[in-house]
This record gives sequence, C-alpha cells and structure tokens, in this order.
Amino acid sequence: MLEFRMPSLGADMEAGTLTRWLVKPGDRVERGDIVAVVETEKSDIDVEIWEGGVIENLLVGPGERVPVGTLLATLRPLTPAAAPPPAPPPQASPAPAPQAAEPAAPKTPPQPAPPTAPPSTAAPPARATPAGPTPASSPAARARAAELGVDLTTLSGSGPGGAVLLSDVERAAAGAPTAAPSAPPPALLSPALPEPSPRDRAASMRRAIGAAMARSKREIPHYYLAAEVDLSRALGWLTAENARRPIEQRLLPAVLLLKATSLAVAKVPELNGFWENDAFRPGAGVHLGVAISIRGGGLIAPALHDADTKSLSELMAGLTDLVQRARAGSLRSSEMSDPTITVTNLGDQGVEAVYGVIYPPQVALVGFGRIRERPWAEDGRVSARPTVTATLAADHRASDGHRGAIFLTTLAAVLQEPEKL
Amino acid sequence: MSPDAIRDALFACLGQIAPEAEASEIDPGRSLREQLDLDSMDFLRFAVAVHGRLGVEIPEADYPRLATLESAIAYLGEKVGR
Repeated sequence: MLEFRMPSLGADMEAGTLTRWLVKPGDRVERGDIVAVVETEKSDIDVEIWEGGVIENLLVGPGERVPVGTLLATLRPLTPAAAPPPAPPPQASPAPAPQAAEPAAPKTPPQPAPPTAPPSTAAPPARATPAGPTPASSPAARARAAELGVDLTTLSGSGPGGAVLLSDVERAAAGAPTAAPSAPPPALLSPALPEPSPRDRAASMRRAIGAAMARSKREIPHYYLAAEVDLSRALGWLTAENARRPIEQRLLPAVLLLKATSLAVAKVPELNGFWENDAFRPGAGVHLGVAISIRGGGLIAPALHDADTKSLSELMAGLTDLVQRARAGSLRSSEMSDPTITVTNLGDQGVEAVYGVIYPPQVALVGFGRIRERPWAEDGRVSARPTVTATLAADHRASDGHRGAIFLTTLAAVLQEPEKL
Repeated sequence: MSPDAIRDALFACLGQIAPEAEASEIDPGRSLREQLDLDSMDFLRFAVAVHGRLGVEIPEADYPRLATLESAIAYLGEKVGR
C-alpha cells in the first residue's frame, strides 16, 4: 500500500487545509498528477502525487486542516502490470475509522470518500468522470474562467478525475465569444470552500513569512557579497534578439540574469542545496526559486526546475507561467518544496541592491537591483554603461566568502557572453 | 478606430494584469507602471495583450510610448489608423 501524506510546501508551512480532492477512490493516477488542492498560509497549491497507483481511501475530507505528514490517502501500487491486486486484507472492524482524520476535526457534510474502497475487480482503473454538474477544477482554471466569462459546468475537463484545467478553459474561451471586457467577473462557481478574504490571506501570509525569516535570522550565519556587473553586451544582444522575435516570444533581461545565476551556481555547488541536520545536502539539479510579489502584498518563491539546462525561451515561458500561477493561486507542490537557491529581483522597484534573507533550509539567496546606466571605467577610459548590482547572501555553515566570490565572478563572466546563455 | 474604443481596449488589457485597478482612477497623463505597480513582466504582458486585442505590431523600441494612457492612445491611434 502506498501512502500519500500532507506535503511540506516550504519552511514556513506547518499545516495545510485540504480544500478539495480531484480524485476519488478507484481512480488511477500517474506520478505527477495533481490529486488535491491544499491551502497554506500563502496560497492554494495544486498537490501532485509522487507515485502512481489506484486511489484506495481518501482519509481527510475537504475543509480539514492537518499537520504536515498526516496521511491523506492510501493507494494500491500499479505493479505488477495489469494483474488485479489481491483483495484488500480483511478489516478487523466493520467500520474502519480513517486513522489520520483527527476525531475532533469537524467533518464537512459531503465526505467524498466512503472509508471502504470499491473491490478492485469491479473497478477498472479508468479515468474518473466529473462527479456532479460542477466539475472539479484547478484554481488557475477557476480564476481564468471567471476572467473570461467561461461557464465551468459546460466544460469537460482533461485533468485527473475529469478536473477542468487552465488549458480546457482557454480552449473553450478560444471558441466562444469573450465576455464584455468591462463586465464584472461572474462569481466563481461553487468553490469547495469559501475563499478566505484577501485581508485574512494577507495577514496569514505575513505571519508565515515572518516565521520563516525569523528562523533564518536566528539559525543561519549569513555573509554578504556584492559585485557590479557590466550588462552592455548582454542587453545589446538582447535588443537585437528581441527585434527578431514576435512580441509573445520576447525575453526580459531578468531571464538572462536567471540563466546566468543557474550556470554560475552549477559551478559553485555548495551554494545550491539545503542545510539539514547539521549537514549540507546538495540539490539534485539547479531549481531556482524565483521571488514573486503577490499583488496586494506578500511574496512566494516557487521553483523554475533545472534552470541551468533550459534555453532562454524555455525559461521565459516558465517564468511567465510561474508568475501568472503564483498570482492566481495555482502553484504545484513540487514547485513549492524543492527550490535549491532563490533569486530576488527588486530592480523594477528602483533599488540599487538587495541583501536578502536566506529562505531555510536553502543556503544562499541571490539578489539583483535596478539595471541602469552608470559610469564604468575600463582600459583607462570612463563610459556610461548599463550595469546591475548582483549580491549574494550565503550560509557560512555551507560555504565561505572565497567560494561566494567565485560565484559572483562567474556570474559576471557568463553575462559577458550572452550568445552562449 | 476611435480614441474611446482604444481606451476601452486598453482598460480591458489592464484588467487582465491588474484586476483590482479601477479604470476611473487611472490618471491618463501618469505612468501606468507607477500607478498600477506593474513590474516588467506585467508590462510585457500588457503589451502582448494590446497586440492580441488590436492586432498591431509593437516593436520593443516603442514600449515607452505605452507608458501612459494618453501616450498609448495616441500611439495606437497612429498604428490602427493606418
């Protein structure tokens, strides 16, 4: 039997509220499928499952808030092949109580999961169909549907359990007249739970950020370095490149900085990973956490996975998607749990430099200030060049200033050859 | 295309990016980025949305002309009129 537990979606998360299930007992899921939506202090997160299987029991109902690590569901493994697994072991009690559900926790009336699974022989592992007239949907899909005036009940979803995904909504909208632009968005259709008010969400986000940052300042011996980086070549190359691209495919300078950061950190691996149990654990791949400010307050730093191996176009598409989903509240669990280093870019706000607070258990944070023309001396001459101040805040337990300096020098060098990014 | 129609199209595009923005509160002569707290990603999405809605090509060098509502209406008026 496989166990699906409440994941840790960042150092600032201790518990999460299961907002809704996107699967039901008997559904077959693949690794990476989104099976549930969990609300944390910061955002709604689409939670992916890490192993494929057939859903057996859902042990926590919508609306229940449970600590990280609580068993949420059990699954039958898919292997071996298609052979029907043996009958579930006989239950001692005729009414097995879901062991993870806390007895005191209030149950919301429509408990989606009967505690007993349907017999495997009678339940072909087919994709689920929507359970009712209102299909399950991802938060991004709901937000986009409201924006576009698409009626979710008219859609058939292509997601797990027939869930309506963002792409389904966009497809439907493409074939339908768009709503009058000035019309107020229609109310979201029967969300599983009342949405928290923006003020509550902002207050709880502030608390979560405060707790994580206090822990960082208490536990992590930070050191800080800064370097001025000449961007004249990088931006010259970018201007020429963007002139060739249609507007939808143009790149932002931030994407060059992200790619350069990921290449440089791959050369100084002790900045890329986690400090856990008094030891450094290197990250498997460079998963760049990108600090994204939420309109109305707060911030969240989900991961761009394997940024060092992606092309600039792929990173731009990934960043655009991440920003939109961060603001719509539909990030995925993997994006929340595994950034190996974080980048914050406050250049748009006009600051010269940002000295960041490391997001535990990570060991480094890279900051960029505003790109602007400054006097630059080279070969005995002074000229005006676009430059940026790059900073590194790093954990002295995992690295020291010498290695940190190599990172910043490498970053600057990589940006002098933009065509290789 | 009339300036009013262009203005409506611009409001619709801004609504996608800054949903909380009130059209009536936007000062047409002031920077949109400043008033609506748009970052460079937001601004690029705005330009892409304008391109999609009005079907005009907007070279990167012309982005500054989208800076305020007033300048954007004048710029797009030239582009659409042609």
